[in-house]
Amino acid sequence: MRIAAVCGSGLGSSFMVEMNIKTVLGELGINDVEVNHYDVGSAAPELADVFFVGGDLADSVQHLGNVVVLDSIIDMDELRDKVKKVAEENNLI
Amino acid sequence: MNGILDVLIDIASTPAILVALIAVLGLVLQKKPISDIMRGGIKTFVGFLVVTSGANVIVASLEPFGEMFQQAFNVSGVVPNNEAIVALALEEFGTYTALIMLAGMFFNIVIARVTKFKYIYLTGHAMLYMACLIAVILTTTGMKGAVLVLVGGLALGIANAIFPAIAQPYTRMITKNDSVALGHTGNFGYAFSGFIGKLVGNKEKSTEDINFPKGLAFLRDSTVSITLTMSVVYVIVAIFAGGDYITANLSDGTNSIIFALQKAGTFAAGVFIILAGVRLILAEIVPAFKGISEKLVPNSIPALDCPIVFPYAPNAVLIGFFSSFLGGIFSLVIMALTGSVIILPGVVPHFFCGATSGVYGNATGGLRGAVIGSFLQGILISFMPIFLMPVMGNLGFAGSTFSDTDYGVVGIFMGSIANVGGQIAVISGIVAVLVVMILMTIFGKKTTNN
Repeated sequence: MRIAAVCGSGLGSSFMVEMNIKTVLGELGINDVEVNHYDVGSAAPELADVFFVGGDLADSVQHLGNVVVLDSIIDMDELRDKVKKVAEENNLI
Repeated sequence: MNGILDVLIDIASTPAILVALIAVLGLVLQKKPISDIMRGGIKTFVGFLVVTSGANVIVASLEPFGEMFQQAFNVSGVVPNNEAIVALALEEFGTYTALIMLAGMFFNIVIARVTKFKYIYLTGHAMLYMACLIAVILTTTGMKGAVLVLVGGLALGIANAIFPAIAQPYTRMITKNDSVALGHTGNFGYAFSGFIGKLVGNKEKSTEDINFPKGLAFLRDSTVSITLTMSVVYVIVAIFAGGDYITANLSDGTNSIIFALQKAGTFAAGVFIILAGVRLILAEIVPAFKGISEKLVPNSIPALDCPIVFPYAPNAVLIGFFSSFLGGIFSLVIMALTGSVIILPGVVPHFFCGATSGVYGNATGGLRGAVIGSFLQGILISFMPIFLMPVMGNLGFAGSTFSDTDYGVVGIFMGSIANVGGQIAVISGIVAVLVVMILMTIFGKKTTNN
């Protein structure tokens, strides 16, 4: 499956969330998930199965379908919970 | 023998290959499999070429704009956009930029390790752009070769450790902890906005208590907001330049308004291309730097891109953007009245820097702090380029410029001491800053021991 992190310019914070998602997936022992990052304008539903986004952008990405909203994009515990939930829903663990 | 040497020199002076080698180095240090190393190296190589192709698109849009502006108002108009100016600069300064970035990451780790400035700057694009600015300024002083790379790298390493530190007292108020810092190129402006907010505002009356229209969220898409604002700017300038002038000299007969809209769209297209390229360049370098720095500086504080503070105050984000943009328009009027170069309000810097200033102003001074703090920040990023451009050599006339406050602080600091005392003064100035940081570390430790 594919996960994407999305932010305003697709440069800094989505990249950071991408790296953190990879860290969490590593902790969970999941290797066959592709993680990328995009800007709000380029992100399209077919680019990933699940999109992670900060709360301030929640309204701008509803067209993407399966969106996970992060209340704080620097909170690893929140990210860990939400990535785990996605992994469980997709029978990866 | 000479043949091999020439090839080696050509490799080192072809920036696309050089950044690819830096990525490969990072991947090798992380002991990645060969396939990952190949893929990472190739994507970084292509990424650099994508950025420089974007530069040509930007030029195709800025050149006619410059002519129209000159014809219309008889002064030069400058569009501040970091992506545009970096892409233009990389054609000439690519090698030095890549090497300064590499040296800067090294010095950042060393400084975080030995001083009390524990910040590791993980915002890759900001690091790349700052490396580029430093390369331009040092070249203007006549410096070159290994000296330029070492001095530039040291300057970048120092900047990467200091800027998160000056905003940290306020960043702590926003994030409520000390485990992350802000690493964006407007940190000086954010600290300034936080300071102003404290002076004029009341943090009990937060921006988040008011009902702010959510329908403006589509402006968060930078392609949309750049195209919209640039269309308005281009069309106004085209009207003042006169349809006859444009059809005769620039558009080859096409209607002047259609021509203006097409060129405004071309600017947005150029930025879009450059961003795609920057993403490719950084995709391998930043994770490698993150991994290595975490190993070498265990108690480091990562300095991250500005949107990390946006979810804490979404209203302040939009309020800060509008106030900062108003500050830009206010500055434009002043510049027009005084007859100086005109710095147009660039939507990208006003968005990211204005929004972040809004969040900082709100943290210390509520709604009033957010409005006034980001308005003044908007004035700051409008006037700083006027002082920055003269120290950028030929690039000062490129029609675009760096805009965020930290480029101004670093560029004006290095450029003005170079004007006074040349290269020696620049080196002394940078070393002096480092000495102050080391003294603060020693002094700081003493006070905690007491």
